[in-house]
Amino acid sequence: MEKFVIVGAGQAAAQAIASLRAEGYSGAITLVGDELYPPYQRPPLSKAYLLGKLERDRLFLKPDQFYTEAGVELRLGVQATAIDRPARRLQLSDSSSLRYDKLLLATGTRVRRIRVPGAELAGVHYLRSIADVDLLRPALVPGKKLAVIGGGYIGLEVAAVAVKLGLEVTVFEALERLMARAVSPALSEFYLAEHRAAGVKFHLNTGVEGFTGDGELRAVRAGGAEHAADLALVGIGVLPNAEIAAAAGLSCDDGIVVNRYCASVDDPEIFAAGDCTRHHGRDGSLLRLECVQNAIDQAKHAALAMLGRPTPYSEVPWFWSDQYDLKLQIAGLARPGDDLVLRGNPAARKFAVFHLRKGLVAAVEAVNAAPEYIVGRKLITDATPVSVERLADTAISMKQIA
Amino acid sequence: MPKIKYIEHNGKEHIVDVPLGWSVMEGAVKNMIPGIDADCGGACACATCHVYVDPAWAAKLPPKEDMEETMLDFAQDLEANSRLSCQIKVTKELDGFTVRLPKSQH
Ligand SMILES: Cc1cc2nc3c(=O)[nH]c(=O)nc-3n(C[C@H](O)[C@H](O)[C@H](O)COP(=O)(O)OP(=O)(O)OC[C@H]3O[C@@H](n4cnc5c(N)ncnc54)[C@H](O)[C@@H]3O)c2cc1C
Ligand code: FES
Repeated sequence: MEKFVIVGAGQAAAQAIASLRAEGYSGAITLVGDELYPPYQRPPLSKAYLLGKLERDRLFLKPDQFYTEAGVELRLGVQATAIDRPARRLQLSDSSSLRYDKLLLATGTRVRRIRVPGAELAGVHYLRSIADVDLLRPALVPGKKLAVIGGGYIGLEVAAVAVKLGLEVTVFEALERLMARAVSPALSEFYLAEHRAAGVKFHLNTGVEGFTGDGELRAVRAGGAEHAADLALVGIGVLPNAEIAAAAGLSCDDGIVVNRYCASVDDPEIFAAGDCTRHHGRDGSLLRLECVQNAIDQAKHAALAMLGRPTPYSEVPWFWSDQYDLKLQIAGLARPGDDLVLRGNPAARKFAVFHLRKGLVAAVEAVNAAPEYIVGRKLITDATPVSVERLADTAISMKQIA
Repeated sequence: MPKIKYIEHNGKEHIVDVPLGWSVMEGAVKNMIPGIDADCGGACACATCHVYVDPAWAAKLPPKEDMEETMLDFAQDLEANSRLSCQIKVTKELDGFTVRLPKSQH
């Protein structure tokens, strides 16, 4: 019987299994995951689950029965340590190995650790997995001082949850604005004001120099000063889990390089999907994305490619972030140099920023503005030319622009 | 636990128990009912959990919030009784609640 092996039991893996079976694959599937859990959703880890509003049960992407019925052999709590490509064998941390006919790498990313003195102190937290929340959640005690290192999505979502839970929250960001890698300045400014209004304090342009404490964290050293802290959450980005691919001689460049079909560019029996891939964007440039959409859509394409029916991946990326009662929805990919068009008024807490490139919408960032998001996404997908004047004019509805 | 009935586009019916407080979307996903994708996991960000609510039940639901309303506005095959199932919370009153699933979520 033909045998497919999937490494990494996350969002992409769950979708790949569903797609393989839906597309008629009847061979064997083994899923190897180094966490103790079957695939689960990560977005709630910094939102409802951290707040205590969602039970653990509800994080899982599929019920256990799904894997039983799909005939998937689950190898959880086991790490894949090496790929022997000539022998088509995957080496596992429990000294066993698995033969494969086709291999899907869906290894995702891991957090980037901060390298400063004191980083090993108890009370310095990261957030990627259920296990991380198990450590962080009990430490979120009202009145405690939380230092958030990094003003990106995860840091800010945690800040919003923690301030709601009654902690004193201070965010340290090395750059001059929040979410600088991901959103336009108008949004950075808006979110800064919202967080400040909720009671979060900020030190922008402030790199963290170290942590001090006696076994346990007492303070954060940043900008030449000591800032008292009972706990810290470090959210300074992630690194792709590409080591086993690189060691096996597969091209890697901040991610496992795949072609348009989510297949390895070096080995016809190996495929990759999700956060771990470096792939071609719609404009042909190479990029790595960290979002649910990319994991789901790449997994669908990878599954088809594994079945010998490759289709090019060209979906428009989309993403969301929940902070307080603000829903940020983003579609497309912004680039420096895009023309920015503001629609609506940030003061009304309902607005959008469109990014135009050569007269076409390349990206939209919408805050509590679903029509702008949905229509923006469609304008990007269909490459429909739009006029700046119409986009900026809220008297013209998005439906009319669509 | 309240029983929720899901009717696939091809007419196939599924009646399942869904815990109080869960969404109608979660009830479908956890019971592997085909026809609801729920890509965003209930964040009201993807509109791939579109359902048609049985008219007899429509009046028993709390009204749609703005975000759901607008996300739906642009859904395919929209009907007057369209809802996003991730935004419908299961309550005691919803025992017997029935939804039909659209042809496709994309
Ligand atoms: C706190 C948080 C909040 C987020 N919020 C959002 C959001 O609001 N919206 C959004 O779109 N995205 C969000 N994301 C990102 C989203 O969760 C990821 O893009 C998505 O999980 C990627 O799926 P994946 O399958 O590629 O990787 P993952 O889900 O990370 O799964 C990869 C799995 O592979 C395992 N693994 C790695 N190497 C090996 C090995 N050698 N052997 C065995 N197992 C291995 C890993 O431990 C992991 O379990 C968030 C992420 C986090 C952490
Ligand atoms: S699950 Fe995404 S909008 Fe309902």
